[in-house]
Amino acid sequence: MSKTTKNKRSFSARVGGLFFVLPSIITVVIFVYGLILWSVNVSLTNQNSGGKKAIEYVGFKNYTDLIKDERFTHSLSNLVKFTIVFILGALVTGFIMALLLEKGIKGEGFFRSFYLYPMAISFIAMGTVFNWILNSARDEEAGGLNLALQKIGLGFLQNDWYVSEKGAMYAMALPAIWQMSGYVLALFLAGFRGIPDDLREAARVDGASESQIYRHVLFPQLTPTLLTILIILGHISMKAFDLIIGINGKSYVTQVVAVYMWEATFDARDYAKGTSIAIVLLIMIAIVVVPYLRYNNKQQAYR
Amino acid sequence: MSKDIVDLITAKAGVRNKKRKLNGKEKFWLIFRYISLAFIWFLVVMPIYVMVINSLKGVKNVYLTNAFKLPEKLDFSAWSVAWSGTDYFPQSISESMGRTLFFVIQSSIISAVIGSINGYVFAKWKFKGSNFVFTLFLFGMFIPYQAIMIPLVRIATTLDINKSIYVLVMAHVIYGIPICTLIFRNYYEAIPNELIEAGRVDKASMVRIYRSLILPLSVPAFVVVLIWQFTSAWNDFLFAIFLTGGSPKLSVATTALNFITGSSNQVYYGVNMTASLIVSLPTLIVYIFLGRYFLRGLLSGSLKG
Repeated sequence: MSKTTKNKRSFSARVGGLFFVLPSIITVVIFVYGLILWSVNVSLTNQNSGGKKAIEYVGFKNYTDLIKDERFTHSLSNLVKFTIVFILGALVTGFIMALLLEKGIKGEGFFRSFYLYPMAISFIAMGTVFNWILNSARDEEAGGLNLALQKIGLGFLQNDWYVSEKGAMYAMALPAIWQMSGYVLALFLAGFRGIPDDLREAARVDGASESQIYRHVLFPQLTPTLLTILIILGHISMKAFDLIIGINGKSYVTQVVAVYMWEATFDARDYAKGTSIAIVLLIMIAIVVVPYLRYNNKQQAYR
Repeated sequence: MSKDIVDLITAKAGVRNKKRKLNGKEKFWLIFRYISLAFIWFLVVMPIYVMVINSLKGVKNVYLTNAFKLPEKLDFSAWSVAWSGTDYFPQSISESMGRTLFFVIQSSIISAVIGSINGYVFAKWKFKGSNFVFTLFLFGMFIPYQAIMIPLVRIATTLDINKSIYVLVMAHVIYGIPICTLIFRNYYEAIPNELIEAGRVDKASMVRIYRSLILPLSVPAFVVVLIWQFTSAWNDFLFAIFLTGGSPKLSVATTALNFITGSSNQVYYGVNMTASLIVSLPTLIVYIFLGRYFLRGLLSGSLKG
């Protein structure tokens, strides 16, 4: 919009817009920011049993208790393991998918549609299948993935999957990778196809080999895409909840922060603890997302 | 304006593939690519394949050891059991499915209307500080809802709306505001400002420009938002479990399914698979027919496009 028209805009034009979004602004301010503050407030009190006793402020006691709480540190370390394997796995898988498709290939639409469908299904539903496929029975009793591994001669890879403490979170990352690789594919594909053809042609004319073109011309162009993907996968991973519940319920072995919050709130009725876990989770996610939002806001300004 | 992201993804990359004879090395790579694509396809389809074939084996003959085997003969009995229940399998999902459909349609429509109005203002009637407000909205899209859940449950209990399914309509409308606003704003940004200016010159009001110019152009964005809100509310488990407290009278598709498959019914694998499949069907069907619009909604969540 040019400056002259901006100056001509009447008072109603400048404020009228605000009038129409005001209800939404108030709603967001109350239900997002207001309720976050409310949660913070609860987390600083002693509301540990449904609120029968007098409410007192206890400072950061609930937070310091969390650090000492073995179940919380366990769920946090589970979340870290899960996040690392999930992000790496989805990133690599999605990138390979994108590499295979980016030049265009007959039947691309077919493959792409199938690669993207997992994101349309709820994890509570897929959990039923994964709970079954990733069954820990082995050898003669084996079924699901363990059986399939035997059949193709990879019997030594048979595993307890999500059942035993050691590899549970890595096994949990498999269904998550299964669901989110398509997302990574879509973002990388858009990234590849947003690179002007001239860049490739120019490198080719200069005598660069195909692998050199990828390494030195195309991959550097994908850095912003990579950043976006890391942020998106990171915040999804930290929120992991129904994926875990769908496959293994509230079991201790696969408990992550979001699940532990649910348990503290629902089963133990410890609202102070529940809110403090939730606020820790919020801070973890904010650390990842807020810089991204600011970066994105600046990008918008240059548009 | 940059090229639309979904168009980029679905663009036919034909320019670089001029028809000509491939040499040996190129042929090898082409075959290699097809084998890899087929292998990944196989992995992606496998869970759904397991769901489908095991839903066709009846109620009794479903074991983990034959999970990948096709049924010897088609038996649809698990479908009727999962849908309406029997004496040995009392839970059914038909009622929860109906309830989910009822609230999801309402929350999607309300969300779309709100998103359209907000998006129009944020794209074409910017006010002082509107970009900042918009960023505040976006943050609301990324928060873990656990951070607002306990107060939200208290509000719902105090207002006594936690005994009706409208509590979920409320939750999905409120927490859908950011993403719906974002999708519409991005869509309206692409509409040339000249169109609005022309309207202003004719002294048309903001509302009239919206009604007569913007709204008729908004159908694709409405489809994107409706599909997005439909899918995410249908698949939502977090709000449902917290706000309805797992009460059977308010069970929705996901909470009912979680109850069925998590309870002692684990022996009835066939029925569990069928119930999961039935719950997945509505969103799958939407994806199959309107995948492009679904993809656009999905990518909006990354703030791209």
